[in-house]
This record gives sequence, C-alpha cells and structure tokens, in this order.
Amino acid sequence: MGLLSKKDAKLITDPLADNNPITIQVLGICSALAITAELKASLVMGIAVLFVLGIGNVVISLMRNIIPSKIRIIVQLIVVAALVIIVDQVLKAFAYDLSKTLSVFIGLIITNCIIMGRFEAFALANKPWQSFLDGIGNALGYAVILIIVGFFRELLGSGTLFGIPVLGDPIEMTGVYKYGYENNGFMLMPPMALIIVGLIIWVQRSRNKDLVED
Amino acid sequence: MAVNTDKNSYTIIFAIAMVVVVGSVLAFTASSLKPNIEENKRMERQQNILYALGVNENEGTGDITFISTDKVAEAFTTNISEQIVLEVKDGKLINEMTREAFMKSKEQGAGKEPYLIDIKKEQTKAKNGESRFLPLFKGTQDGKTVYVTAVRGKGLWDAIWGYVALDKDMVVQGAFFDHAGETPGLGANIKQRYFMDDFNGEHLLNEAGVFKGIKVAKGNNDPVNNDKTDFEVDALAGATITGDGVSAMIKKDLKLYLPYFKNLK
Repeated sequence: MGLLSKKDAKLITDPLADNNPITIQVLGICSALAITAELKASLVMGIAVLFVLGIGNVVISLMRNIIPSKIRIIVQLIVVAALVIIVDQVLKAFAYDLSKTLSVFIGLIITNCIIMGRFEAFALANKPWQSFLDGIGNALGYAVILIIVGFFRELLGSGTLFGIPVLGDPIEMTGVYKYGYENNGFMLMPPMALIIVGLIIWVQRSRNKDLVED
Repeated sequence: MAVNTDKNSYTIIFAIAMVVVVGSVLAFTASSLKPNIEENKRMERQQNILYALGVNENEGTGDITFISTDKVAEAFTTNISEQIVLEVKDGKLINEMTREAFMKSKEQGAGKEPYLIDIKKEQTKAKNGESRFLPLFKGTQDGKTVYVTAVRGKGLWDAIWGYVALDKDMVVQGAFFDHAGETPGLGANIKQRYFMDDFNGEHLLNEAGVFKGIKVAKGNNDPVNNDKTDFEVDALAGATITGDGVSAMIKKDLKLYLPYFKNLK
C-alpha cells in the first residue's frame, strides 16, 4: 500500500477518467468554453480551480455538521466567494504580475459549477481528508479537459502553443503556411470548444461502454 | 452532535454568525493589504506610461516586459521631463497647469501626482457638463519630444484603458493598452505586442489637420500594417467588440488633446 489507501486513491483517479467533471458530470462547461482559446489560460484556470476547490472542500467538510440544511447553498456560496476574494487580495498585494495574468479567472472561479457541485455532492457528507482528495481529483479532471481543448484550439486557431508559434509564420509564409495551410479562425470561437468537448466525450464513451446510458 | 440544525432559530443564528465572521475576515484582509495594493497600482501606472514612451525591457518580439518595479521610480523621474495637466471643457482648452501648480491647487489635486489622476472620475465630470483634467507626460524618444496621453473606454465585459505616445503632429510613437476583464485569448490580446505595435507610426490627423482617429478594422487588406496613413490597424479575430472599444476610446479621448497639439504648432 502506498501513501493513500485504495479507496482514497480512487477519489483522485476517478475524476480523471470515468467520472470526469466535464465530460461525465457535465459541470464547469461554461468556463471550458470561455477561456480555452489559448493553452496558457487553460492551465492557469486549472491551477486556480485546484487551489480553491481543494481548500473549499475542506472548509465545507469541517462545517458539515453545523451547516443548517435550509441555507446550505448560500453558506457554500459565501465560503467560495470569501476564499476567492482573499486569494485575489493576497495576489494583488504580493504577486501583482500574477494577479494581472489571472485577472478574470479569479472572478470566474466563483461561478464555476464544479465548485458548488463538489461541495454539495461530496464535501457535505464526507470527512475533510477525503473531501480534500475529491477536490484535488475533480480539479485535475477539469484541468485535463481544459488543457486538451486549449491545445487544439490554440494550435488550430492561432498556430501557436503557449503563445509560441509552432507552425511557422502566417505573414512571412514560412513553415506549413508555405504549402497553403491557414489558421482556422473558427477555432477561436466558443462553439468550437463545445465541439471538441463533444469529440472527447465521444472518444471516451466509445472506449468505455459502461459510460453509455440508454 | 446534539444540535438540532433544522430549527429556525438555529438557522438564523448561524446565518448571522457566518455573516459577521466572513465579513470581518474580509474587512481585515482588505484593510491590512490595502497599502501594498495601492503601491503596486501606483508602480503599474508608472510602468505603463513608460512603456508607451518606449522605456521597457522588451526582448525580441514576443511578450511585453515592463521596466522592473525596483527601477521604475527612478526611470519615471529621469524619462518624464514634465507632467502637465490640461483642463478642458466642451472641446476647448481652458487651463494648462504644471505638476507643481496642479498638486498645489487644493480642491482639484490635493497633493496628488498628475499620473494618478483617475480618468474614470474625470470622464464622469465631463459627462456632467463640468470641466475635466487630462494628464500629459512629456518625454523624449530618439531626440524628439514625445507626449504620452491617457485614454479610457469600455470593452466587451469591463473597462479598457491605455497610454498613447504622440509626437507634435499627433503621429503615434508608442501605445500601451490594458483591460480589466476581456476574454483571454480574444479581447485580452489587446495587451499583446503584435496588437499594440501596429499602432506605431499611425497618423491621427489627415493632411488637412482634421482629426480622424485610428480604427481597429476587419479586412483592411493591410495585415502587416504598411499603410500608416489609412487610420486603420488590423483587428483581432474573435474580438470585435473589444476592438470597437479601442477605436472608440482613441477617437473620443485623444480628440480631447487636439487643442493642445494645435497650440504646439
């Protein structure tokens, strides 16, 4: 046995594949569409969610026995909003450059349904350590999809990865552009992210028939 | 635990306690971090103004790199020879102040440096029919006097703003744009060098001296921006509204400086 028991390890590995928050639970679609036009943004958003979901799940789990069920959603919302504001302020004070890069993501985290979804579905009924692992697992599962979508959108839409040109220069006509290749501006539009997510779901379900519901 | 969490009284007490706790934690964080945040914002303004003037640490053609924060205060005093505040109303220049005069004038400046003028507040003043202040920073670039102007407008989601360096004929010598919350990968690219650098050398006035502005245009058949007198730069794909915001901001705010530049001739 390693660092984690088998059951605990599953909390991390499950959301990466067979219980992925985006492709299976269909949570967090909105941000997956909005910010995946470039790979860097996808990665940064993944890390930001990892941070907030990990801590938020623990906080909610610690409070699970004292939260009145009638107002639990509001309590969850307050916890996540407070966390996000604190993170934002600390970044602005001590890592200003980073906070400029993150700008909109910080605000977007609050509205990310994965956070509320995991609070409601897992942290309210489980111990802090398990909740922490669940948070990390789901955030990683979310990040993986974001990175895949970001990879294809940036590569096909702008011909770059992390802002670095990999296919040549479209204006100087070097690299693949010499042979008549052109960037597909459509890839930069949010609907294309939906199509890529759809393709991922298709691949995933054709490989694992258990996921197909009928 | 023996607490009945379903009781109304418990729910209310919990809600009140939660609000008090979260409220005070947030208030404490905000007020204890405020000096640091203000300082960071102040340095950022200096970095932005210097960037438009061409004082930066850019390497190659990729990302933008500002002058580092430990050097910015000194660079600001050496490179900006003069900070001027213009007071305009209805397109007319009614007053021109030096930095010292502006900082002395109690009800207006109250000891505030001209580069800290809140453009948003000034725009509201102009909207209410009052006179407004325009900051202007004088510096030199390649031995030529350059004037850095400030602009502010709105993009798709939130505010966009920038600094534009002009020579005496209102030809752009450098531009810097920033935004509060444009879409990453689309509108947020106004902060990329390939967009900002396109403005260099663009004319704002036509041959007759009429103010034309610079339009962020789609399909202007000039992607590498060879034509500097077409009053157009190439737009960003998927960022139409942000681009229109940049055009509008340049057209509206730079026009305010027109009387000053006319006086220079």
